[in-house]
Amino acid sequence: MTLRSITVRRASNLAATFLMGGATILVLLPLVIIFYHIVKMGISSINPAFFTNIPQPPGEVGGGMANGIAGSAIMIGMASLAGLPVGIFGAVYLTEYGTGRLATVIRFSADVLSGIPSIITGMVAYSLLVVPMKGFSALAGSFALSLIMVPIVLRTTEEQLKMVPATLREASLALGVPLWRTSIKVTLRSAMTGVITGILLAVARVAGETAPLLFTALGNQFWSKKLNEPMAALPLQIFNFAISPYEDWHRLAWAGALVLVVLMFGLSLAARWLGRAKHS
Amino acid sequence: MNCKLSIRDLNIYFGDNHAVKNIDMDVAENSVTAIIGPSGCGKSTVLRSINRMHDLTPSARVTGTIMLDDSDIYGRNVDPVTIRRRVGMVFQKPNPFPAMSIYDNVIAGYKLNGVLKKGEADEIVESSLKRVALWDEVKDRLRTGAVELSGGQQQRLCIARTIAVKPEVILMDEPASALDPISTLKIEELIEELKSKYTIVIVTHNMQQAARVSDVTAFFYLGELVEIGETRKVFTNPEKKQTEDYITGRFG
Repeated sequence: MTLRSITVRRASNLAATFLMGGATILVLLPLVIIFYHIVKMGISSINPAFFTNIPQPPGEVGGGMANGIAGSAIMIGMASLAGLPVGIFGAVYLTEYGTGRLATVIRFSADVLSGIPSIITGMVAYSLLVVPMKGFSALAGSFALSLIMVPIVLRTTEEQLKMVPATLREASLALGVPLWRTSIKVTLRSAMTGVITGILLAVARVAGETAPLLFTALGNQFWSKKLNEPMAALPLQIFNFAISPYEDWHRLAWAGALVLVVLMFGLSLAARWLGRAKHS
Repeated sequence: MNCKLSIRDLNIYFGDNHAVKNIDMDVAENSVTAIIGPSGCGKSTVLRSINRMHDLTPSARVTGTIMLDDSDIYGRNVDPVTIRRRVGMVFQKPNPFPAMSIYDNVIAGYKLNGVLKKGEADEIVESSLKRVALWDEVKDRLRTGAVELSGGQQQRLCIARTIAVKPEVILMDEPASALDPISTLKIEELIEELKSKYTIVIVTHNMQQAARVSDVTAFFYLGELVEIGETRKVFTNPEKKQTEDYITGRFG
């Protein structure tokens, strides 16, 4: 085989480099556009009132999304309380005990569950909780969010646990430590940073979920006093305000979007930082 | 001498692979028994069956009996955890718990089981580390991470961790194969020293090591026990041709 001339090879190399470089820019472009646009539209409405006040009627100044931010925090917190233990201990079961058919079924179900559109999760929560309780509630919203969290946490935790060397597990077992204690105190603990990374990513994912909250938590213009009442959430407020006909509310929606994006950015950054700290 | 371990008709399978075949052997109390043989001859497999490490491998199946004093390790109502508290194990690669300090590694068996009594720990740590001749090297930095020790020190730490929980038998799976000659020597001296209190079974690839440290040597080949006898006799005047070929380096 004879090589083509050096000029041709250099030219094709250059062309390929440009092609791949261009593709990279195209990948980054949407992120830059979204970020730029949201910052431009939202930054002017970010002020202390945004974080302390509830929405005002159109035309009145000084409205904020404090109830939405608090509502999101409460519902994500409750969803985490319910969903994280299930996901984490489910993953421990899968890696340490689950070798049979049951494990295969659980794994497959988790994959299917994480692929289900979130609006359907919302519908299920609606029929399971909202209908019997005869009303929209923060509880139903949290339940829907936890359904989304479980499979994500389960699979990421399982991946992390699999990476713990078998020699550590054996060291503990050989000391006469029962398998369940070994699983929790040695295996899970060794994988903790990775597990926390997975948790942060799961939280970031549900923080922006709107669809499953539409007919569970519903949203609220005011502060919610009870968990069995409709509750505001940041993404819901963004949605409701963005489709309203009022300029003031549009501005608030942009500010809310900015807060949400910054939050997700921070969570992803923290997850990355943790993941990197672990490997260095 | 008292018979500490009595293995009868031991067979081990991994799926369809019949890895260990019809083993009968006895291990005397307070002695060192070396298991030698070429790679894949089943020596580690036999060793790991003595503290039921195969329980974690779903495809593994063990038949036959291994008597530890008067109790059958594979008896119907025997809890593997109880067995492992009596039969400790030291692994090929030093495996201290990386997230724990030197101090915590020594008492890991107590801590992980949640049975550590207040005021007991210092004493256990000091006596265990002294026993493995590591105390003087680490006494000023007990709270630093165990992974900062050298490989040889880590392995002695792992032995300290094993004897801290006061087992009766210690299984060693090529404990010095990942170490330099000086660390190896230290481990061998340690084995000699430990035998007064414990019964030791050691798997080794290194025949000189077997000759140096053991009282009894068992030669395994292709999953079968070819010969077992007093170490001096096995090395100088083996009964079987296969044993002679192996120890003289004609194969393996």
